[in-house]
Amino acid sequence: MILVPGRSQKQGTSLNKGKLKDEYLEVTTTAELNEQDMRRLKLSNGDKIRLKSDIGQTVVTCISKKEEDLPSGMIFIPYGPSSSQLMGSDTAASGMPMSKHMQVEVTKVKS
Amino acid sequence: MPEAAKPKESKNIRIVKDATCTFCGCVCDDMELTVDLDAHRITKAKRACVLGRAWFYEHTLEDRPVVLIDGKEATLDEGLDEAARILVDAKFPITYGLSDCPCEAQRVAVDIMDTINGNIDTTTSVCHGPSGMAFQGVGESTATLGEIKNRADLVIYWGGNPAESHPRHFTRYAVTPKGMFIPNGKKDRTVVLVDVRKTPSTPVADIFMRVKPGKDFELLWALRALVKGKKISENIEEQTGVSREVLDDLVERMKNCQYGVLFMGMGLTMTRGRHFNSGAIYSLASDLNEFTHFVAKPVRGHGNVTGADNVVSWQTGYPFGVNFNRGYPRFNPGEFTTSDVLARGEADAAMIVASDPASNFPKKAIEHLEKIPVISMDVKETHTTRLSRVRFAVATYGINTGGTVYRMDDVPISLRPAFDSPFPTDQEVLEGIRQRVKKMLSGSKARVAA
Repeated sequence: MILVPGRSQKQGTSLNKGKLKDEYLEVTTTAELNEQDMRRLKLSNGDKIRLKSDIGQTVVTCISKKEEDLPSGMIFIPYGPSSSQLMGSDTAASGMPMSKHMQVEVTKVKS
Repeated sequence: MPEAAKPKESKNIRIVKDATCTFCGCVCDDMELTVDLDAHRITKAKRACVLGRAWFYEHTLEDRPVVLIDGKEATLDEGLDEAARILVDAKFPITYGLSDCPCEAQRVAVDIMDTINGNIDTTTSVCHGPSGMAFQGVGESTATLGEIKNRADLVIYWGGNPAESHPRHFTRYAVTPKGMFIPNGKKDRTVVLVDVRKTPSTPVADIFMRVKPGKDFELLWALRALVKGKKISENIEEQTGVSREVLDDLVERMKNCQYGVLFMGMGLTMTRGRHFNSGAIYSLASDLNEFTHFVAKPVRGHGNVTGADNVVSWQTGYPFGVNFNRGYPRFNPGEFTTSDVLARGEADAAMIVASDPASNFPKKAIEHLEKIPVISMDVKETHTTRLSRVRFAVATYGINTGGTVYRMDDVPISLRPAFDSPFPTDQEVLEGIRQRVKKMLSGSKARVAA
């Protein structure tokens, strides 16, 4: 699937409280998936999933988004320490790592 | 309002009019702050957006040591001495960040790196650095946000979500405000949003175009071709996710508006294509000037990231990713940008000012940052301060300090601080380091190219 890290309002407000505080850590470890993909992967809101790229892996919580809001095959996450674990360092001579549209594999983490 | 931010009983209240919010690149300078001087906190921020309120209410005086060296409390002088020693001893020292401090501090950081033949880069390199590269390649048809507010009747946001990242961009500058030639505000404007997903910004748009991930360049190039009356692929919808009909309609609107603007977000610079995407959007705006007036502007993130571009440019000739190793400034994104110099393991000391690369950089870059001596300056604890050998807790710019910042449209704005802080400013710390670095190097042979 394609992971799109980006900004969110809650991320913006919580970082003012502190990046090491629980609220910011929770915001940046909550990923949004299309409800169709959630069903296909047998996931429910609040389940833990492992996102794995060629670079690394991270465990986050998933919540569903309506199909018309988030296309199938796409995951959105407020960017932060979790998404950095998946990011490659090749900037293609631009200085900018490929920070959005990362290819990731999604698996459910059994509790 | 959070419980902690509710006004307490105090007679020692100060009102600061026309204060400036430095949380994001909008740099709104119409704030009216109510400050409880006894409690050292802002209790009301009139006209601030949700992000601005969090910025003003959450930046209070924290109980932190001013300086920590290897996790142990130290004096300011000891911290400055140790920071200067680290920088002078390094073979490839770097400075990074700078987008959340005033221009007066930024210029000192450039001078330090110039003095020690170091490497200076700002958060621009992982923000709109690609747009800066594109700007150098194809130029920029530009305007201030004031001009856009007063004239633009077609507003296109591409790859951004201002409702969540820059809430007042809509209400103060580009969508709802009434302007000199836009007397009815939003009713006189057409707003278009291009993104890979629906966001809270989408309801603001009259037209929403969902582009396939990584296909922005193809879509922009198709628009350029249509504007010039050229043929485009019959499979354009399959390639980009946007139908020919929608593209034709947008092209007509762009050619026939009175004044159009293309705002670009990091959906363009952080994805496949990077500076080519930004170049395509700049070129599209330039092409459209054959028919009407059209401009393109990046929507900038941090409060003074635009100031960092300006200061580094007027001091070195280049906006970011600048290396002084040979005794004169060289610019080369990919070579002298911080993510690269860290990921390749080249830097052997880092001074991080008002930024948190240990949170947001690629894994490999963070791993190298953990291995080298780091000097950090920040208003709060972050992942970067936590791994730093020397940590300076500093005052918050715009709340505790004055100075100059640049709005995202390159308009400089003076800051009006709300209350004093016992912590030093970024500028004071940097000046202390500069003084010591120059003293350590005086009398010895000037540093020469490695």
